[in-house]
Amino acid sequence: MAKIDSDKEDVPVQLNASSLAPAPDMSRRIATGDEHPVCPLSIHDMTVAYHRKPVLWDIDLDMPEGKLIGIVGPNGAGKSTLIKACLDLIPKASGLVSYYGKPYSKQRGLVGYVPQRESVDWDFPVSALDVVAMGRYGKIGWCRPVSKAHKKAAFDALDRVGLADYAKRQISQLSGGQQQRVFLARALAQEAKVYFMDEPFAAVDAATEKAIVQILHDLKSTGRTTLVVHHDLQTVREYFDWVVLLNMRIVAAGPVEEVFSQENLQKTYGGKLTLLDQAAQAMAGIKQ
Amino acid sequence: MGTAHGSPHIHVNNEMAGGFVGTASEAEGAIQEFLEIAFVPEFHTMLVVLSTLILGAAAGMIGTFLLLRKQSLMGDALSHATLPGIGIAFMVMVAFGGSGKNMPGLLIGAAVFGLVGAGSVLFITRNTRLKSDAALGIVLSVYFGLGVALLGIIQQMPTGSAAGLNSFIYGKPSTVIIEDLYLIAGVALAVTIVCTLLFKELALLCFDECFASAQGWPITRLDASMLALATAVLVIGLQAVGLILVIAMLIIPPAAARFWTEKLKPMMIGSAVIGALSGWFGAVISAMATSLPAGAVIVLMATTIFLFSMIFGSSRGILKQAMGQYRLRRKIGHQHLLRACYESLESRIESVADEVFLSKGSSVTFDSLLSKRSWSPKQLRRLIQRSTKSGDVTSHPSTENEIRLTSQGLREGARLVRNHRLWEIYLITHADIAPSHVDRDADQIEHVLDSDLIERLEQLLDTHGAAKSVPASPHELNGGAVS
Repeated sequence: MAKIDSDKEDVPVQLNASSLAPAPDMSRRIATGDEHPVCPLSIHDMTVAYHRKPVLWDIDLDMPEGKLIGIVGPNGAGKSTLIKACLDLIPKASGLVSYYGKPYSKQRGLVGYVPQRESVDWDFPVSALDVVAMGRYGKIGWCRPVSKAHKKAAFDALDRVGLADYAKRQISQLSGGQQQRVFLARALAQEAKVYFMDEPFAAVDAATEKAIVQILHDLKSTGRTTLVVHHDLQTVREYFDWVVLLNMRIVAAGPVEEVFSQENLQKTYGGKLTLLDQAAQAMAGIKQ
Repeated sequence: MGTAHGSPHIHVNNEMAGGFVGTASEAEGAIQEFLEIAFVPEFHTMLVVLSTLILGAAAGMIGTFLLLRKQSLMGDALSHATLPGIGIAFMVMVAFGGSGKNMPGLLIGAAVFGLVGAGSVLFITRNTRLKSDAALGIVLSVYFGLGVALLGIIQQMPTGSAAGLNSFIYGKPSTVIIEDLYLIAGVALAVTIVCTLLFKELALLCFDECFASAQGWPITRLDASMLALATAVLVIGLQAVGLILVIAMLIIPPAAARFWTEKLKPMMIGSAVIGALSGWFGAVISAMATSLPAGAVIVLMATTIFLFSMIFGSSRGILKQAMGQYRLRRKIGHQHLLRACYESLESRIESVADEVFLSKGSSVTFDSLLSKRSWSPKQLRRLIQRSTKSGDVTSHPSTENEIRLTSQGLREGARLVRNHRLWEIYLITHADIAPSHVDRDADQIEHVLDSDLIERLEQLLDTHGAAKSVPASPHELNGGAVS
């Protein structure tokens, strides 16, 4: 699988019609059918642009409930952008995102978020427990301090990721892996039903990786839906039930055993869609 | 010293002594004056002192969030942008037949332009590819230039020369009247209420904007209220401290407070206290020496507290950190000594509980230890002295040339050598590093291996059977050189 990455440069630019057209649709809208008529996350025809330059084109996705879903793709594929657009953190050029049939603004309480660890300044003067308690702020509401009950909930979340002993520690005095687990605990404290995690496995130690995998399984066994931006292709089969292969558009999405094929990976990581990229540049008004 | 030179000497000494007496009484007088102004001032002085004290506290409080939001320089652009507002407000009031010297009117003009300045920065960063430092620089200088030009025009106006608008640039606290104090107190009260009620919201905004936004907090409005409060503080501070220096009241107190704590609430309170102290002492000192501009003195007071905090801060002060480094270096030196002793004696040691060996007192010579590492005789002697105090080694009292391990030192030495070698073996067997290379790595790691890591090393290397025995070194300890 590592081969695919190194092949990136070698593959001649293929501008065949099939790569521009929407990817084969079979796995895109899997009928979750049986149990839930309304799926936890449904993205319909979403396009996202930065400074008018599209980075995600026409995303259509229906996520099944209670699955661990990996989002995989090369650098610049728009993985974090996908998450941020779903959370209304960046504006969508077009399209709709709904959670159990309602827009995000109505369902915030059901959605938990683990941002990238580098997105904050860990020198901030707060303790690990304070950070985890931030996951409760949505439930606490305006102007009220964090009550004992909420503090307890935060502590329990911290305990679940194995950091109960570090509750009082200032966050810059934690290792990178521990910081990542603090972020995870904060999301757990949100008590959400749908979770977004942006590269939680990036540069963590073995103990943290194990702890995160354990948490992912806990979330799954309690019926939560979890989307994880993931970099390590080796572990996709081991960690996830479902996978979304992304490279500016959805290459394939579906159960790992069906979708995670050499061919689809080749499409995701191999032949770059230069036309898509050029069109994006043109729309941003950048002269080449 | 010849006697010929004696008398001038005495003369000089006398003069110096006289000088000292003079300064001593002067100093005494100054202290008395300071205390008088600080605690029992006259009415007007009290007005000035109180207003700068309250201003300092309010600035320190809101400054904490501004600093953590990395928006401190926004405050600077904002304060510079107030100047054209003052000028325009003056002109407008004159045009409508007023004297133009109405303070609330001038301050409203200042506040409006402060916000316009902040808006300009946001406009530039959002709509161009310029980064915020460039945007801040542009806004700060352009608005300030505009203000200076307007003041120039006002000077030419018949009513303008006496307006004293220049005092807004450097500040002139002696112009404070009772209404100004009410205004400052009102702003300070608003700052206190908002910072208390919205404490957790502002903290979240400053720490993790994305998460706050995903949770549905209106970050733009929170940012706006934070900037609005900062603007209010800056504007009421213009009169006392002046628009060039008022930014210091927002940045320096929280930066100083950060050296004392790792928690946000104490930082905010500490910052308010530091701001208040700076305002208080600064105003008192400038009231004593009227030639010193108060704004500058207040900022210098804050800077003094900042420097003190930077050095002595109980949480992140330079001294505190240096102490930590020093302790670590001492520990490492001590452990190196014990390991060197142990390795020198190794061939003669039967077991860690070798009483016979200890009672026979096999000793290491100073010179053989010296050749073990690259330490100087002086360093080594000091290490031995310290380790003697901690009871790990004894040296022969007369010669000081023969060093023995005590039973405690022997056990500790064995533990360290074992840790060192376990790590070496791990590197060789699991990380494919050449045996000739592992010693240097292990030399660093041995001091930080905790029991948890050791246990895992033992499991990996399967050394349970060997109980706690010390494995043989995986590489030659040739020539007695340990490292």
